[in-house]
Amino acid sequence: MKALAELYTQQFKTTLAMMFQYRAALVIWMIGQVLEPLVYLIVWSIVSKNSGGSIGSYTTSDFAAYFIVLMLVNQFTYTWIMYEFEYRVREGILSFALLKPVHPIHSDIADNASSKLITLPTMILIAAGLALGFHVSISPAPWAVAVFIPVLLLAFLVRFLLEWTLAQAAFWTTRVSAINQTYFVLMLFLSGQMAPLTLLPHPVQVAAAILPFRWMIGFPVELLLGRLTLTQALTGLGAQVAWLLLGFVLLRLVWRAGVRNYSAVGA
Amino acid sequence: MDTRKRAPVVAGEPTVTSPVVHIKDLRKVYVVSQQEAGAKAVLQDLVHRRKLEIPAVDGISFDLATGEIVGFLGPNGAGKTTTLKMLSGLLHPSAGEVTVLGYIPWKRDKSFLRQITLVMGQRNQLVWDIPAISSFELNRAIYRVPPVDYRRTLDELTDLLELGPLLHKPVRNLSLGERMKCEIAAALLHRPTVVFLDEPTIGLDVTMQRRIRNFIAEYNRRFGATILLTSHYMADVVALCRRVVIIHHGRLLFDGDLSDLVQKFTEYKTIVLQVGDCQADLRSYGEVESCGDGRFTLRVPKAKTAQVTARLLKDLPVIDLLVEDPPIEEVIERVFAQENP
Repeated sequence: MKALAELYTQQFKTTLAMMFQYRAALVIWMIGQVLEPLVYLIVWSIVSKNSGGSIGSYTTSDFAAYFIVLMLVNQFTYTWIMYEFEYRVREGILSFALLKPVHPIHSDIADNASSKLITLPTMILIAAGLALGFHVSISPAPWAVAVFIPVLLLAFLVRFLLEWTLAQAAFWTTRVSAINQTYFVLMLFLSGQMAPLTLLPHPVQVAAAILPFRWMIGFPVELLLGRLTLTQALTGLGAQVAWLLLGFVLLRLVWRAGVRNYSAVGA
Repeated sequence: MDTRKRAPVVAGEPTVTSPVVHIKDLRKVYVVSQQEAGAKAVLQDLVHRRKLEIPAVDGISFDLATGEIVGFLGPNGAGKTTTLKMLSGLLHPSAGEVTVLGYIPWKRDKSFLRQITLVMGQRNQLVWDIPAISSFELNRAIYRVPPVDYRRTLDELTDLLELGPLLHKPVRNLSLGERMKCEIAAALLHRPTVVFLDEPTIGLDVTMQRRIRNFIAEYNRRFGATILLTSHYMADVVALCRRVVIIHHGRLLFDGDLSDLVQKFTEYKTIVLQVGDCQADLRSYGEVESCGDGRFTLRVPKAKTAQVTARLLKDLPVIDLLVEDPPIEEVIERVFAQENP
């Protein structure tokens, strides 16, 4: 455990050093992270205004609150492993990771968490600025705030495990962009990234409840906005735990098969 | 053939008496899809993809004892890297036995991985954008090297490889040779007892090659590490390895002392002589390989060397005479040529 803590600390230092080598890229990346939810925010605000000030249970101001919180949740749970893994396999970089006596996922978790720690303060400032600009105020119940913390952490872990597992498609094909594209479209639609899920048709909501996407993004957002009852919140937490366990099992199975394949066809 | 089937090896507890590296009838077969040119072939390929089995390593056997430095030679595509990858656990053998320190490499046991290293001259493990020292620190944490040991090893490596001024520069700003030195240091910080070096001097200038070579010899001497080295530079092999293993088309061609290799595969010796008479015609003594300014290089059958030398000394105003084995490159070339149909 101590050794693992040391590994995480060291990876944090490495990530920090790398990020500061590319400060401009970091700023551009953060602008991208802000722009996407901002576009949806503006689009939905206009639609809402033109529909008499609200759509479903969302007023114009609710939309602003939804997408600002979503921006933060997305930032917290975001991973880039699906782009990275294919490169590692193609360039043989993964071989170096396989020669090390530590599972490579540790470096990735530490790397991801480190860069989040570095960018999060800026993102919170941006979110606060946007909240002021769009006259947004949220007042969740204290229990919702308390539950939000483990929910956000679980959302990150579920997203991380599933995307790390999916990224391993690179073990079998060098053309993973088609898989990635399909995944991101589903994510956009079923996670609540494009629109609050309660505004979508009932079958879509059912699909969203079964699939993992909502539990990675939409669910924590709705919780913090005070749109869920305690029962709904706890049910959601249960769904997250179930996906976490499933993700863990999937990751282990796929990793084992993937490495086996990698070591059969030429590492 | 299922290339993923388990290698028929019985796992043994690591023992000190067994060879450090043991390979027996080792095979690795790659299955590659083959496609002809043309639209018809592409359509046929959609329905039925033609697979071809390529044996990269085709039944080789050898052992390495503790502390040996062995040169592992062969032309491009001979199966050297594939073998090194099987030895370090990156590749799963198709058949045969392989153990390193008593471990079955592809199981990638953590305590096995802590005792070995693989340096690939054409690939980098250092993080490109940050100084090498940061990558070293990361490796220290990964290999759980105690701080005191780390400090000592780092000091030694810094001293041997003259890394001092390089450690704090971003890796991308280092020259190829400087980067290679840092790569080697990064790979050895955990003091592996078994070292696989795949072309560690590739692309480096002569001075840097020599420095790396001296370092490898010193690492072997200081830590008693067992080293298997591939290189296309025969100077590396001559300087470091008493024993060489030669493979070609995945098969073992020679395993033994370098001097025996020369004995076995050369039927000629080279006589280099300086004579006072620049116009001398030496064709009756042997095959004239080069001549100029009274300096001749003759190739003569090994059995006749003594006789020809005596005749030369008797017949000609010889100023200087030297009998040599042909260059090692030529010997190796001859080994490969014999294997080819």
